Amino acid sequence: MDMNEIKEIFFQECEEQLAELESGLLKLNDGDRDPETVNAVFRAVHSIKGGAGAFGLDDLVSFAHVFETTLDCVRSNKLEPTQDVLKVMLKSADVLADLVSASRDGSGVDESRSRGLVKELEALAHGEMPSSSAHEAPKPAAKAAPAPKAAPAPAPAAKAETPKPTDDSGFQPIPFSFDGFGEDEEPAIEGSVYEVSFKPRRELYSKGNEAALLLRDLSRLGEMSINCDTDALPALDKMDPEASYFSWKISIRTTKSEDDIRAVFEFAEWDCDLEVKLAEEASSNEELPMVPVPFDLSILDDSSASDEDEKAVQSSADETVAAAVSAAETATSVTKAASRASEKKESAAAAAAAAAQNNAAAAAAAAGQTIRVDLDRVDRLINLVGELVINQAMLSQSVIENDATGTSAVNMGLEELQQLTREIQDSVMAIRAQPVKPVFQRMSRIVREVADMVGKSIRLVTEGENTEVDKTVIDKLAEPLTHMIRNAVDHGIETPEKREAAGKNPEGTIKLTAKHRSGRILIELQDDGAGINRERVRQKAVDNDIIAADANLSDDEIDNLIFMAGFSTADKISDISGRGVGMDVVKRSIQALGGRISISSRPGHGSTFTMSLPLTLAVLDGMVVTVAGQTLVVPLTAIVETLQPEASAIHSFGANQRLISIRNSFCPLVDVGRVLNYRSTQANPVEGVALLVESEGGGQRALMVDAIQGQRQVVIKSLEANYTHVPGIAAATILGDGRVALILDVDAVVAASRGQSMKPEMSLAATG
Amino acid sequence: MSYAVKSLIEGSKELIAFRISDQEFCVNIMSVREIRGWTQATPLPHAPPYVMGVINLRGAVLPIIDLSARLGMKDAEPTARHVIIVSQMKTKVVGLLVEAVSDILTITEENIQPVPEVSSDLERQYARGILAVDKRMICMIELDALFPDQESEAA
Repeated sequence: MDMNEIKEIFFQECEEQLAELESGLLKLNDGDRDPETVNAVFRAVHSIKGGAGAFGLDDLVSFAHVFETTLDCVRSNKLEPTQDVLKVMLKSADVLADLVSASRDGSGVDESRSRGLVKELEALAHGEMPSSSAHEAPKPAAKAAPAPKAAPAPAPAAKAETPKPTDDSGFQPIPFSFDGFGEDEEPAIEGSVYEVSFKPRRELYSKGNEAALLLRDLSRLGEMSINCDTDALPALDKMDPEASYFSWKISIRTTKSEDDIRAVFEFAEWDCDLEVKLAEEASSNEELPMVPVPFDLSILDDSSASDEDEKAVQSSADETVAAAVSAAETATSVTKAASRASEKKESAAAAAAAAAQNNAAAAAAAAGQTIRVDLDRVDRLINLVGELVINQAMLSQSVIENDATGTSAVNMGLEELQQLTREIQDSVMAIRAQPVKPVFQRMSRIVREVADMVGKSIRLVTEGENTEVDKTVIDKLAEPLTHMIRNAVDHGIETPEKREAAGKNPEGTIKLTAKHRSGRILIELQDDGAGINRERVRQKAVDNDIIAADANLSDDEIDNLIFMAGFSTADKISDISGRGVGMDVVKRSIQALGGRISISSRPGHGSTFTMSLPLTLAVLDGMVVTVAGQTLVVPLTAIVETLQPEASAIHSFGANQRLISIRNSFCPLVDVGRVLNYRSTQANPVEGVALLVESEGGGQRALMVDAIQGQRQVVIKSLEANYTHVPGIAAATILGDGRVALILDVDAVVAASRGQSMKPEMSLAATG
Repeated sequence: MSYAVKSLIEGSKELIAFRISDQEFCVNIMSVREIRGWTQATPLPHAPPYVMGVINLRGAVLPIIDLSARLGMKDAEPTARHVIIVSQMKTKVVGLLVEAVSDILTITEENIQPVPEVSSDLERQYARGILAVDKRMICMIELDALFPDQESEAA
């Protein structure tokens, strides 16, 4: 496995982490305050950062780091995840996703945007944690850290101003220089003394981490003294060579923040007991039974030194500790009680975090195991199963032909085979079934971005995102859905001012719902905007010669005009308060998926787009019919009912139109044989069967066929693969006798019949 | 020695010859995938007259072209003795209905005579040369030129 493959796996994992991140943030946005959610979000960013670090993707690492720092504040309850905070975080998640894809394909990113967000994130983090603003001081931090250089006096005031932070460093504004790091490198007289207690667990070593290296890294942050606690060390004969016996107490004087100290232990933090606190606390705990053992820092630089030979050596301990204590005493003017209280809070938070971590581990285990499989392999399997189904049907048919009694053992065996094949087919299809969640999540990003662009405030509510549908459908769903969401945000929802004027909540809501209904997936996109302005839509359609000026159209028909090709051109979009931007493109792509789309709109209350899509593009439940000696398959989902027309129900209408009356309503009769050019004259309806179908756009048509053979599930075969698209035909399939049957494209047939019938109707309306 | 090896050595090529009506044609054997018997095809609506329909070729939907009609001759009336030459054209696979496969020819470039000046566009469009074999005349046709529409769609 070469580096690129590993990198590719990393990117795949990144995508999963990003999805996790976004869904977690959205949960938080909805008011979820489960610490586990916060942890999941944190972990996602953390993993991306870790992986990115391994591949040297510096941009990604640095952004993820800032993001992570802010998330950590939320995790440790230092930062309240308010809507505003989450807004920034969601944007950050978007930028993180951009950075990931930029690293993947080398494309550029909007740097100003990511820089701006870095500032915002830092502001959020610092706003509550003034002490960590050691390198930068964004405006929000200034409030909490008003201390001018080298003036620690107003610390209590800062504390009072920010009652929220439980960060015990909050009370100590650190004098620092904005001018650059150079000065920080000077022997640090300033800076605070932290007491770090570090007790590695066995896992730390087994994962290849090295306590000595961590300590060496720590030593770079400032002046430190180390005490090794060897009490746990058993007698030599009881010693487990792989166990961890040592723990360290480190006292470090540094200008860096607590977070920086924690960052040293970043990749080991799950595998050790780590405590970082200001030395003030330590001074009160000096009676801790600790044996200071001399520790030679220089051995830390010898990377070959194993922890077993590690001799805890104290270096320059006396002066440092003394300095630390005095620094702590002089620099802090806060009562012990206050710090105690904050200490308590922090430990409670830590306990909660630890508990949540355990939960997470349990949840991860319960989530079940998954494997990554190349999609091609699944497709091959699906194709093979399709062949199996056809073969099984052919075999059954020839057996039945030769064995009329239907009682032979062969027949029984065949029946079982049939069931097995069906089960195999279902299981294989289930492999490809995926929840629509990833697509829906992408939509929330689009809503955010477009809403920001047009200055609207919009909430996306999603429902049923775990509804499963075939992967190919999901992949192809994203594009039309994006288009529709953009439209809804741009044209559907009004500006906040208009909304307020109309007495609505200034924040618009777009609702995206997915659900299963009778073997199809139904996706609804609902906005609470102004709805379609029928007057203007109609006018537009007349201007563009789509309908006659005096055409008599129902409201529904007017709404559905927006799906007509050439209804609107891009530069005229904003002229229309309704929709109509490339909706014909949306409709076409939905139709290409074997789906239908329709719209219903209530002026002032918004519009709802309803898309009905097949669950899979591989099989279809169809009604097998005969037309002019040909066998055709009509998708079952299109058929409302079937009926045997009586002569009295057929009415001639105009030159060559016929209507059939069904329960007192008249419905145009379409001879499928004529539309497909199978015969030159119209068949006598009384001799055939009428299939009442509902085409998108609401209208019903009665399709005339000669006879119904039965219902069956058919495997869809592409006609385009070796031929071209055939008008009126959606695809082909192979029937039990091994012959090819064509699958009727009901909508296209209806449209074709409408195209022929439209003009006479219009002229009638004009003369009438 | 196999045909393939021979053709490599001699710089020659293999052609598969077939009969339509009383004329003989040939195509490059490299574009032929298999030859199979005629089965009833399912007609396609709105198809050009030379497209007979589609058949099931081991699970794939294979369009069948009546080569006789495509070459401007009378429509074929397929019988059980007709054969389908399954051939590859760019990314698509189509079946060519012919009366019978007559021969496999190994030829070199110098065996191919230029197409004589004829008035018909159709002949000029598909004919790539004329071969004289045992007093028979065999017209070499270029499959890709027969279906320019499909070609552009495949690309």
